Amino acid sequence: MASVRFNLNGKPQNADVVPGMPLLWYLRDSLGMTGTKFGCGMALCGACTVHVDGQAVRSCVTQVASLGGKSVTTIEGLSAGGTHPVQAAWIEADVPQCGYCQSGQIMAAAALLAKKAQPTDADIDEVMRGNICRCGTYQDIRHAIHRAAEIQAAGGKA
Amino acid sequence: MSAQQVNRRGFLQVGASGIGGLLLGFYLPERSKLAAQALDTATATAPVTVNAWIHIAPDDTITFMIHKVEMGQGTVTSLSQLLAEELDCDWGKFRTEFPPIDKAFGFQGVVGSQSIRTSWEPLRRAGATARYMLVEAAARQWGVDASQCRGEHGFVVNTANNSKLSYGKLAGAAASLPVPANVALKDPKQFRFIGKSLKRLDTPNKVTGRTQFGIDIRRPGMVYAAVARCPVFGGKATGFDATKAKAFPGVKQVVQVPSGVAVVADNTWSAIQGSRLLEIQWNYGPNAAQSSAAIGKLFAERARKPGVEAMKTGDAAKGLANAAKRIEAVYQAPFLAHATMEPMNCTADVRADSCDVWASMQMQTLAHGAAAAASGLPMDKVHIHSEFMGGGFGRRGMTDFVSEAVEVSKAIGAPVKVTWSREDDMRHDNYRPAAYSRFVAGLDADGWPVAWTNRIVSPSITNSSGQPPLNGIDRTSTEGSQDIEYTIPDKLVDYHWTEVGIPVTYWRSVGYTQNTFFVESFLDEVALAGGKDPVALRRHLLGKSPRLLGVLELAAKQAGWGTRLPAGRFRGVAVVNNVGSYNAQIAEVSIDAGKVRVHRVVCAVDCGHVVNPAIVDQQIRSAIVYGLTAALKGEITIDKGRVQQANFDSYDMLRINEAPVVEVYIVPSTENPGGIGEAGVPAIAPAVCNAVFAATGKRIRRLPIRAADLV
Repeated sequence: MASVRFNLNGKPQNADVVPGMPLLWYLRDSLGMTGTKFGCGMALCGACTVHVDGQAVRSCVTQVASLGGKSVTTIEGLSAGGTHPVQAAWIEADVPQCGYCQSGQIMAAAALLAKKAQPTDADIDEVMRGNICRCGTYQDIRHAIHRAAEIQAAGGKA
Repeated sequence: MSAQQVNRRGFLQVGASGIGGLLLGFYLPERSKLAAQALDTATATAPVTVNAWIHIAPDDTITFMIHKVEMGQGTVTSLSQLLAEELDCDWGKFRTEFPPIDKAFGFQGVVGSQSIRTSWEPLRRAGATARYMLVEAAARQWGVDASQCRGEHGFVVNTANNSKLSYGKLAGAAASLPVPANVALKDPKQFRFIGKSLKRLDTPNKVTGRTQFGIDIRRPGMVYAAVARCPVFGGKATGFDATKAKAFPGVKQVVQVPSGVAVVADNTWSAIQGSRLLEIQWNYGPNAAQSSAAIGKLFAERARKPGVEAMKTGDAAKGLANAAKRIEAVYQAPFLAHATMEPMNCTADVRADSCDVWASMQMQTLAHGAAAAASGLPMDKVHIHSEFMGGGFGRRGMTDFVSEAVEVSKAIGAPVKVTWSREDDMRHDNYRPAAYSRFVAGLDADGWPVAWTNRIVSPSITNSSGQPPLNGIDRTSTEGSQDIEYTIPDKLVDYHWTEVGIPVTYWRSVGYTQNTFFVESFLDEVALAGGKDPVALRRHLLGKSPRLLGVLELAAKQAGWGTRLPAGRFRGVAVVNNVGSYNAQIAEVSIDAGKVRVHRVVCAVDCGHVVNPAIVDQQIRSAIVYGLTAALKGEITIDKGRVQQANFDSYDMLRINEAPVVEVYIVPSTENPGGIGEAGVPAIAPAVCNAVFAATGKRIRRLPIRAADLV
């Protein structure tokens, strides 16, 4: 067991994990934070996307041991009560269908908007192509990201 | 709550339920291929019983308990609209729950795009009945005639003096009233919920990660497991060495179960890692030499001789003999995996006298039977808990993942969550059947088709689920061909039921997924051979099918069929009638560096009376992405009896940068509702392939579209 200290959704976290344990399974099985989803285990589908120091990363291939001193944000910590501009836009556009991939989609979109306040369609393609949605909500995702940019520009007010 | 028999009108009042308020139970029929099959064996003789409830609580909350679980198709919202319409309630106080599963409730499940179709009338009647009772309760309280009271936004209003009582305040009194018979339903002109794009009830929890899917279940004392299954279909473990697996940190135990060898750990990751370290001796069984090449060869051989007749009109042999021109072609489609985003998983807790199962599943009734069989306990000791599904597409109608988890829990004597890795999920799916389809068409001197034959070779889905085809015909193998609505005087469709050792099952829109690709592509070949425009030919042949003709005309108009496109862009068209609905799709494609790029798809759909237009729109766009993924990328291949693909690197999905802009046009209709979840899947592949032909002059006769087939 190795002990790692990092920040999780704004609170200090001291993790004792077996070597090699990916963040995804630490979140889901050890902490019971099941908003982050398992899809492929190989960084191929984006369902497990979280933020590490503001960057979107695939938690299925991010070892807990690599997180010392870093800040991790999951869907549970993205906002209080689902009020992040991306979540607000997602609700407005009724994006989710089955909803399973949507935590990852939202985390990827939020990281994109943090970096690029007014993303183009090409920017959206470049980042969001890493996130699979089997329900095919892509058209709504694109629309909602543009809308989230507007909400963010207006100071978070929908 | 326990199941009780309903009266002849299909209602049961359960007023004194101990939870207060008004509880009204009712029965929603379920008719479908799978349901009929299960009913034959499980519940055919069972009385009609309650399988859904409305509960109106003293605090005005209305809870709709319904077994039609959400897998993305929007039923939780659209079915609620049916109920809310007649109940005239406050939508903001409306919520849904999935009720307990019990054999006595009749068949429970979501398949075949059936939910709206089977619930359209009974759910409205349930809402109207509850409203009637609330109005009656208010009238008695006020000492006035019920005719001067009406339900409105969650209140009963006395129209004489505008006084109001909320449904919650009336619920207790209403519960003591008799359930009325044959309450009148609203005139559709008065609808204020049905036909509106109300927001989905499940969205808020799905953007915050709070929705609980099967894979998110946690139970006290629960352990985690992964199972190593034989890579060859039908093989069995004969022995294993677990030394390395047991040495992996977190692994607690290794046990053999009927489906393979289970590694039990204190977390999912250790269980999966441990399962990969097992050294297992397998008896590969009879399929160890099977391959896609051998299957293709077998299909071609069988197609040389006539199969069992599935549909016949006129005399196709004579029609072909007399035709001025004949054309023929062979089409092929591969096995396909479902690849739900939530991999298969199931949590089971088997005790000496009880078995509890938590899972995302489409067929709760089948799961109930499977869990009882695996646990060895009577049905009434087995409790099935339905969770939100991270996709279903037919895969979650299977019960293999349920039986297996029950076996593991029974073997270790503890609650356990069995999670399938993506590789497990892809390699141990039950697949969309591979199929082989041979066409011959005869044209008259004017270029119109007068004779049409189609011979289909494929494994049988019903056989794979334990029901061998009656007289050699499995309609799920021939639908999309035997039921085409084109008027051609002489037609024959025959079928060779051909098993190849690969398990198959329902895959979103089932037989139409391959047969509509075959039929609509070959019809374009007929158009070319006869010198006809593809839309003009379909129009000519659909004179007796007004609804299909209607969507064809609407799609052609909206897509600008026949008008000029930007350089390098080409159109293709296809139509289909499936799940009680009709749709036409026109795809605009270009070919870029050997890759097909689909820019725009126009879909006109006639699905009868629309309950929620936004959900219809969503489902069509979803289905087009689903069908396009298969057309451009989908192929499961077999070598040495095993699936060669394993994860999204070898079986990729359409991504956002490849998704077309889809425009959906809904035909206004007062016909009874058709299905929608599967309606949009079949037509996209032929529409795209017909556009590819327009672009390249190359006819795509096997899917997926390969770069080599474009030049």
